[in-house]
Amino acid sequence: MSTSTSTSPEGSARPTTDTRTVKVQLRAQEAKTKLSSPWASLIAVVIAVLWTIPTFGLLINSTRGEPAPTTSGWWHFWGGGTGFTLGNYVSAWNGNGGTPLWQYILNSVVITLPAVVIPITLALLAAYAFAWVDFRGRNILFIAVFVMQVIPIQVALIPLNTVYVNFGLAGSFWSIWFSHTIFGLPLAIFLLHNFMKEIPPSLVEAARVDGAGHVKIFTRVLLPLLVPAIAAFGIFQFLWVWNDLLVALTFSGDNTRPITAGIQQLTTQFGAQGNILPAAAILAMVVPLGVFLALQRFFVRGLLAGSVKG
Amino acid sequence: MTDLQTAPHSKKSASSSRFSALTVLVWLVIAAVVALVVYLSLAPTGTPLLFNSQTDHSWFVDMIFNPTSVTQKIVVMFFAIAVFLLVMGLILWAVDRDNVPKMVLLAGFIGPAVIALASGLLWSAINTIIQSFKKFDQFGTDVGWAEWSNYAHIFTSANTDMLINTIVWIFVVPIFSTLFGLVYAVLVDRTRFEAAAKTLIFVPMAISMVAASVIWNYVYFQPAPEGASQIGVLNAVITFFGGSPVNWTTIFPVGTFALIIVMIWIQTGLAMTLLSASIKGIPDEIIEAAQIDGAAGWRMFRSITVPSIRPTVVVVLTIVAIASLKTFDIVNVMGNNLPKNNILANAFYQWMSQLQSGWAGAAAVLIFVVVVPVIVFNVRQMRKSEDV
Repeated sequence: MSTSTSTSPEGSARPTTDTRTVKVQLRAQEAKTKLSSPWASLIAVVIAVLWTIPTFGLLINSTRGEPAPTTSGWWHFWGGGTGFTLGNYVSAWNGNGGTPLWQYILNSVVITLPAVVIPITLALLAAYAFAWVDFRGRNILFIAVFVMQVIPIQVALIPLNTVYVNFGLAGSFWSIWFSHTIFGLPLAIFLLHNFMKEIPPSLVEAARVDGAGHVKIFTRVLLPLLVPAIAAFGIFQFLWVWNDLLVALTFSGDNTRPITAGIQQLTTQFGAQGNILPAAAILAMVVPLGVFLALQRFFVRGLLAGSVKG
Repeated sequence: MTDLQTAPHSKKSASSSRFSALTVLVWLVIAAVVALVVYLSLAPTGTPLLFNSQTDHSWFVDMIFNPTSVTQKIVVMFFAIAVFLLVMGLILWAVDRDNVPKMVLLAGFIGPAVIALASGLLWSAINTIIQSFKKFDQFGTDVGWAEWSNYAHIFTSANTDMLINTIVWIFVVPIFSTLFGLVYAVLVDRTRFEAAAKTLIFVPMAISMVAASVIWNYVYFQPAPEGASQIGVLNAVITFFGGSPVNWTTIFPVGTFALIIVMIWIQTGLAMTLLSASIKGIPDEIIEAAQIDGAAGWRMFRSITVPSIRPTVVVVLTIVAIASLKTFDIVNVMGNNLPKNNILANAFYQWMSQLQSGWAGAAAVLIFVVVVPVIVFNVRQMRKSEDV
């Protein structure tokens, strides 16, 4: 077990290595044992391949000329049909006779940005009060918010729809923005509150002694420190809103339908649009995937801080 | 706990314990807004309050409520963001005075969230519970009390498959997602290619379930006509080994498991991430002690890793179970509308689309009821961690 550590030239050259280095060596050694186990590596590779193949197949299918995507498997690559083409993407983007995909994507963008910004704004204010203003009933109220995180959104959809109809907002962007705000708010408040609590009270105290009011403390002291937390919730809400189908199908109208609902419609007319479906699905994945890969760090941090909602 | 009541700022608001006229007024306004939304959620009133698409409006009003062109949509998007930021700024500006009572200050900070959650979520949930005991005709009009008949409807023989499927979903998905996630997290832990390997498994989390359904469509594709090349991977593999192709998503119970596999494919990334963080959190001392005792490989995994991360495993299992219970996208897109593939969340959506608010309400309440134990558990955990 420990032979490699003690006999390695570095180990003997520096016998008084601190515990940190020893730990690193132990870990490296552990990694070595893992890599040297062929079965472990094999299982990992098999899982990784199994998890990637379906997406890979879709990617290949999206570049195969008509009628290949609907007549043969993607593993034939660009043989048969009309070979390699990006024409499917162009057709999908322009609708291929149906609603152009760019309209759905535009709607998705128009839906997503306010649906991310509005709950963050509301939650920042509420989280500040929960974290730094002492009032009677604070704990009860906060537990209520915490509990609301897990409420299935299904229980709110039908009454909300009636409200939107009575306001004259049914099918509009406003109904979708409000819905996503309401559904995202409990998680946002909970997450931002937890991050705010971790800011040392002495910092806030010092600002107060200097005569800063709540608003000044909020904007000058806390807000800059909360950027990672806001990013964590922001990316979470972004992915949730962009990828949502239930709220979209329930509240969107012909003019406001987002990409998920658009793709869902496309799948129902499979025969007619089968050749552009793979390209359309890839186009729908590009934005969330890009955001996710760019901000993965924050996403994982948010996940570990309890960002799980329904 | 952080108690800042000794801070100078709180002295200014010492008068807050008494009810000032301003305090009452501000909270009355908040209550009035909530009451308005509650009233408007009860039944269709016939006259839209903000925007009536039947009447003529100025181009501006039309644009705000019903934007049609690309420019209009983008303008309205920024308009919405600006209005919210402006309102929030105004509230902050209004409450940030020396002599403002604390309850007014509080109203400024939590008022908007209270309105949104009390009327939008809390009341809606209560309203749905009430609706689940009501009868609706085929036009979705409330025609009186139904007592328990909506719930009874869910448990009729017509929905047996749906209920069985739901139970299968909420047990099979978490178990396999956690299993794959755990195995993978342990296998790639501290290897050279850990980050890349994890991203591969994690990517399905980032895309929509609709897109995932399209992806898996080309795995489960229906059998090709006699003599033609298969389109779906699975059928190609089967025919390669001499079997006969299967229409995976249309036969019971294979269809349910085909859809469940898609959900496992998505949720494994979540399980892996949470479990991986937990594995990395195992104290070095414990690992070193075990190594000195000669533990490695499978023994290390069984005797050290698994017991150390057991609490996380429980959390992951419940999270994925709840997600599986609420998910309807996959069944909606891939289930071919077959009752044999159905689950509760999709049944809810179907009934809602058919304006059967009673059945849909009962289904929603049922989903809620299944989640309640988890809520109770979570609150207990939170209370415990706050006491520490």
